Amino acid sequence: MDNFIQQLINGLTLGSIYGLIAIGYTMVFGIIGMINFAHGDLFMLSEFIALIVLLLLTKTLGFGYLPVALFIVLIAGMSLTSVWNWTIERLAYRPLRGSFRLAPLISAIGMSTFLSNFAQVVQGPRNKPIAPMFAEHLYIKFGTHNIAIQYRQIVIVVVTVVLLGVFWWLVQRTNLGRAQRACEQDRKMAALIGVDVDRTISITFIIGAALAAVAGSMYVLQYGVVNFSDGFLPGVKAFTAAVLGGIGSLPGAVLGGLLIGLIETFWQMIPTEGVPEYKDVAAFSILAIVLIFMPSGILGRPEIEKV
Amino acid sequence: MRWKSDPLLVVEHLTMRFGGLVAVNNLTFEVGRGDITALIGPNGAGKTTVFNCVTGFYKPTEGRLALARTGVADRSRIEALTRSSARSAKQGEDELFLLERMPGHLIAHHAKVARTFQNIRLFQGMTVLENLMVAHHNLLMRASGLTVLGLLGAPHFRATEAWAVERAKYWLDKINLMDRADDPAGELPYGAQRRLEIARAMCADPTLLCLDEPAAGLNPRESLELNTLLNSIRDDHGVSILLIEHDMSVVMQISDHVVVLDYGTKISDGTPVEVRNDPKVIAAYLGVADEEELAHVEAEIHA
Repeated sequence: MDNFIQQLINGLTLGSIYGLIAIGYTMVFGIIGMINFAHGDLFMLSEFIALIVLLLLTKTLGFGYLPVALFIVLIAGMSLTSVWNWTIERLAYRPLRGSFRLAPLISAIGMSTFLSNFAQVVQGPRNKPIAPMFAEHLYIKFGTHNIAIQYRQIVIVVVTVVLLGVFWWLVQRTNLGRAQRACEQDRKMAALIGVDVDRTISITFIIGAALAAVAGSMYVLQYGVVNFSDGFLPGVKAFTAAVLGGIGSLPGAVLGGLLIGLIETFWQMIPTEGVPEYKDVAAFSILAIVLIFMPSGILGRPEIEKV
Repeated sequence: MRWKSDPLLVVEHLTMRFGGLVAVNNLTFEVGRGDITALIGPNGAGKTTVFNCVTGFYKPTEGRLALARTGVADRSRIEALTRSSARSAKQGEDELFLLERMPGHLIAHHAKVARTFQNIRLFQGMTVLENLMVAHHNLLMRASGLTVLGLLGAPHFRATEAWAVERAKYWLDKINLMDRADDPAGELPYGAQRRLEIARAMCADPTLLCLDEPAAGLNPRESLELNTLLNSIRDDHGVSILLIEHDMSVVMQISDHVVVLDYGTKISDGTPVEVRNDPKVIAAYLGVADEEELAHVEAEIHA
């Protein structure tokens, strides 16, 4: 039972990270109908940005107070990653808009390879570890159970919830979000009433990147190690989460992320003596099953052909 | 003859080809400021293509579309603008635009042309009120300093937003949809969706409103309400209207100027009465009473 609750918390932590990345996939798909395969690598890039900013602050500048440092890391990470994604969209996707459907997809795969190779070249192929932060445990007595929660897990869940709230408000309540949803429904019509569709698409990429950057910083906080190949697995899992939740649906992306995180952590509880863990197998089996039996996902709208 | 003396939109030699198909061929006509201009013609005559060119949906193969948002569409100014590489020219308060050089969203934003569609294109998943609010996008974007000031709750932005909501409500009231404001637009009955589409176009604050078959599928009572609405848009809001319509009772009742297309070319142009009595129009709509042809057909039957 202790173990169950413990894993539940671990799963939620991991799931919120997947959810944050999944939003980037789902929003871009919603507005231009493209799977942005470079999104996972953007997440990896944001990890490096977070790591570099954090080391600059704490080591080079000798900044000691961690909560403030973390806040600065988040802001810097979100801005820099947004600039990256904005540039990627301008260079690799916008010129191909209106081209045949597969063109931007291929471009995205190329961009994915470019980003991971770029990180490998400039940062080296080895793991980059940092000292654990907020690693102290908070012990909670729950009847007869003793549960240990690391402070960083609390930080991750709180930051995720707050930013998701802000983001949700942005999309549902502001003029910008309204234009974004309008473009999602009918891009040409939105243009005809004066919405600058290209700019709205850019903003979508920026929002997706900012949330991926939050995920990147949280990932660094949780695992304390960064590698150039980090984009692939979390990226594909977040994509699975987006598909599971129903691609195009924002609450679906978060729900899918949490589910994938939970499934993955609970899968690890199954004892596998002598054989490697199958947690990745679990995630990808889900992708296959969802694609076959539930192609529009849990909260997705049924497929409507856009004209 | 306001379309000759004070044109808002001057279309000259408009041609649109799709591969080998010529949808619109060398079409020239004017839309008068403050007029309701009807574009009529048999199916496939190229009416919607003209709309698509005017609103930037298509880029015309050839031709010029000059729109004088304010001021006079003076010929020498149009020529001067055409020779320059600019999209628009401003002289004091007077603004002149060459629509064929502008992308769709700029036509909507600067030249202030709004349109509706034959097959309704509302944002189905958004609420009725949100559909109208999207049309205020540019206004709110500017007032909110690209959202940043808006997030900080700048007073100017709040005032603008309140004003936008007020205006959206004014139009909701006008089209009798006040009580459905928070329902998804896709759930409205057909006639209400048509009215909402017109209201949305009006919220974009147009100079020229292009309506593609606004009366299609309406019952006689709704059709009558539409006439009242369109007259009010022209008279109370000073918006010129260009409409495509098959319902001749609507066309004859409300339009000041009728342009008739057939196979992409203009066959008649004038007041409703002139057009109605034009033999070429009657021929296009009813077919020609060609005696030679008739004799030929009869001979075939008897053979």
